[in-house]
Amino acid sequence: MWPEASRVRVFMPFPGVEVPHLCAQCQDYPCIEACPVDALSSDPDTGAVIVDREKCISCGACIKACPGSVPYLHPGDNKATICDLCGGEPKCVEVCTEAGYNALTIVNEGPSIHRKLYSRDPVETAKDLAVKMFGEKGEEVIE
Amino acid sequence: MIPGGYAGKWLDIDLTNNKIEDITFPYETLEQFFGGRGMATKILWDRVADKWTDMDGLDPENPLIFATGPMTGIYPGARICVSGKSPVSNGVVGSTAATEFAVEIKNTGYDGIIFTGKSPEPVYLLVTDDGPELVDAKHLWGLDGETTLIKLNKEVKETLTKRHPNVGLWKAPGSMYLGPAGENMVRNACVMTKICHAAGYGGYGSVMGSKNIKAVVAKSRNMFPKVDAPEAAKLLWRKAHAELIKVSDFRRWGTGHLGFGAGAGTSSEPVRNWQEEWHNETAIGVNRYMDRFWVKTKWADFNCTTNCMKVSCIKTGPYKGDITDVPDYELQAYCGTNLGIFDPESNVHISTLMDKLGHSGINGPNTLGYAAELYQRGILTEEDIGFKLEWGDVEAFDKLAHMMAYREGIGDILAEGTYRAAFKIAEMKGMKPEELLKYAIHVKGIEIGAHGTRSDKDYTHDISYAASVQGGDHTSTAVDGYNDMSGAVFYDCGVFCTFTARGPSQALIFDFAKAITGFPITLHSWRSVTGPRIVTLQKALLLMSNMWEPIKDDDNPARFYEPLPSGPYKGKTTDRELVDMKLQAYFDTLGWDERGIPKKETLDRLDLGDVDQYMVKYRL
Repeated sequence: MWPEASRVRVFMPFPGVEVPHLCAQCQDYPCIEACPVDALSSDPDTGAVIVDREKCISCGACIKACPGSVPYLHPGDNKATICDLCGGEPKCVEVCTEAGYNALTIVNEGPSIHRKLYSRDPVETAKDLAVKMFGEKGEEVIE
Repeated sequence: MIPGGYAGKWLDIDLTNNKIEDITFPYETLEQFFGGRGMATKILWDRVADKWTDMDGLDPENPLIFATGPMTGIYPGARICVSGKSPVSNGVVGSTAATEFAVEIKNTGYDGIIFTGKSPEPVYLLVTDDGPELVDAKHLWGLDGETTLIKLNKEVKETLTKRHPNVGLWKAPGSMYLGPAGENMVRNACVMTKICHAAGYGGYGSVMGSKNIKAVVAKSRNMFPKVDAPEAAKLLWRKAHAELIKVSDFRRWGTGHLGFGAGAGTSSEPVRNWQEEWHNETAIGVNRYMDRFWVKTKWADFNCTTNCMKVSCIKTGPYKGDITDVPDYELQAYCGTNLGIFDPESNVHISTLMDKLGHSGINGPNTLGYAAELYQRGILTEEDIGFKLEWGDVEAFDKLAHMMAYREGIGDILAEGTYRAAFKIAEMKGMKPEELLKYAIHVKGIEIGAHGTRSDKDYTHDISYAASVQGGDHTSTAVDGYNDMSGAVFYDCGVFCTFTARGPSQALIFDFAKAITGFPITLHSWRSVTGPRIVTLQKALLLMSNMWEPIKDDDNPARFYEPLPSGPYKGKTTDRELVDMKLQAYFDTLGWDERGIPKKETLDRLDLGDVDQYMVKYRL
């Protein structure tokens, strides 16, 4: 097992306030735009961002360009890592079903300008969630 | 060769001389003591057996140990085991807490940490993939648990981002920390983690405080250690989770349904310092917590399908901003019914207060309840305490909990824990210790968990506590119930949660252990050799404390033999004859003599030959 190699990352800046963090597939793909070596492309079928690990120079430009700082450098090969939707058959959905939670299902929807709204710094999202959970106190629990 | 599931190294930190070293243990030692509680006991034996009798738990030379086990994080429900010479029982307690710290430290390449000595200034240990370092913690010293955690999360994230700016966002680290109770060496204080989790039994918060360690923090980006048989482990992992998803009561309520159920149903819940164990107060029903305070109904630690935690928050009124978990049953009882508190709001408040102050939520309020009974009986007066201490008075218990944490007034005496406080109050009042000990609900100094034995309807029975080398610890009772000796000791050595062991069969769990480590381990080998080896070594150290008299102190508190005064089991009590009989059977099973002293042939059989020289003087 390798928690930090998962393309679905869960942030918990305060206990109980957990934010799953992964690529939202922005319509304009700022990460692809930002890559200086054209290592990033989008999958025409799924819309996922695909990283060419041979070309990637680990510069971090995609992380900076992403509105939610979603990409990260893999702790193993130090290359940019982004959820590739497992080629259209996501493992996370499979395992969630197998585990009996049935919390994840596959939704087919086309590109949308609103996708970008969901690409957000997980700590900022957590701060909003904390207020929703804890009321005024939520403002103080994440510094 | 490093067996599967182990990182391979331990951190050995001499705080007095600011020396940090990596150490390793032989394959045989890992196979014989496994991890967690077992390894901690072995380390203590090797390092301080000679000094054991005279060394206080709060002396600098007492090693403070944080130990994972080979199953930590891989088997569902990761936990860490905290140990050392307990300043409460003077023996060894393997005190575990559920936390991502266990996962993080293991992935940095360390199976555990041994602290010795005392730091001249407050520090915290930070372990990352860059290595271990002691960091100045003067700015954190004195802060409550919650604030400490908020500051640590921010500070460590900033440090890591500065060092490795290109890798992307850093997640929060895993951390174990102290509240003021630990800092001020309240003897039964806990080591806190994740705002409301704690390694409670044993008083290791005070040991950590005595060494000037405010926190232990780890963050890694590395993978888990390799396991011996990956395909088998994967299959067993899926099987374990498939069983855990069926544990629907814990997923729905956590243990929060017992605040009502253990009182009204099984008459085994402490009420007003155990004067009763029955109540029929629906006000403390789990639905009241759910409807009014739960802001999250499913919350789990790393790799856990059971999801027994829920997040409670008070959003209005005088306790606005209090955040804790369910509270779980133990805290519903000890921060609730045992103090005569039956309303969820007050219960959430006292539970949160314990978390913030760093009091163990079982042991700290056991002492509060003890003080309240002494007040009820006129032994402690308003003058002694500074105010009235009536049952159910939340403000009074709030005040007294603060006084304990900061060792102010009578709080300084109560901060010694229930057992030691009894002696001090006896001295103060010119009374005999027995007159005060009869209200002290402890075994071997360890305040008893919130499961009584008198009705015989809970999982705890006659010798569950009386025979246990961890005394009143309800998570590791001697025998009976689902927490039987071999089970609980194994989970503490694994190191994983007893609640993720509830569902999967023991056969599955031991197959899992074998797939991870490659040891020829079976339920039988654990029950007949490894488990008894660890418990026997704990027993030897407990005897060598010279604090507990064989047989006489292998017993329940006096109150557990009083007839239940109310409820459907009124008149029932713990069967004294059965206790005596089962104690002998327990000793016999473990190969100890009729007074509970390990026999020479047993020690030889368990490869504990060097223990015998210390046992000779305890035998008649």
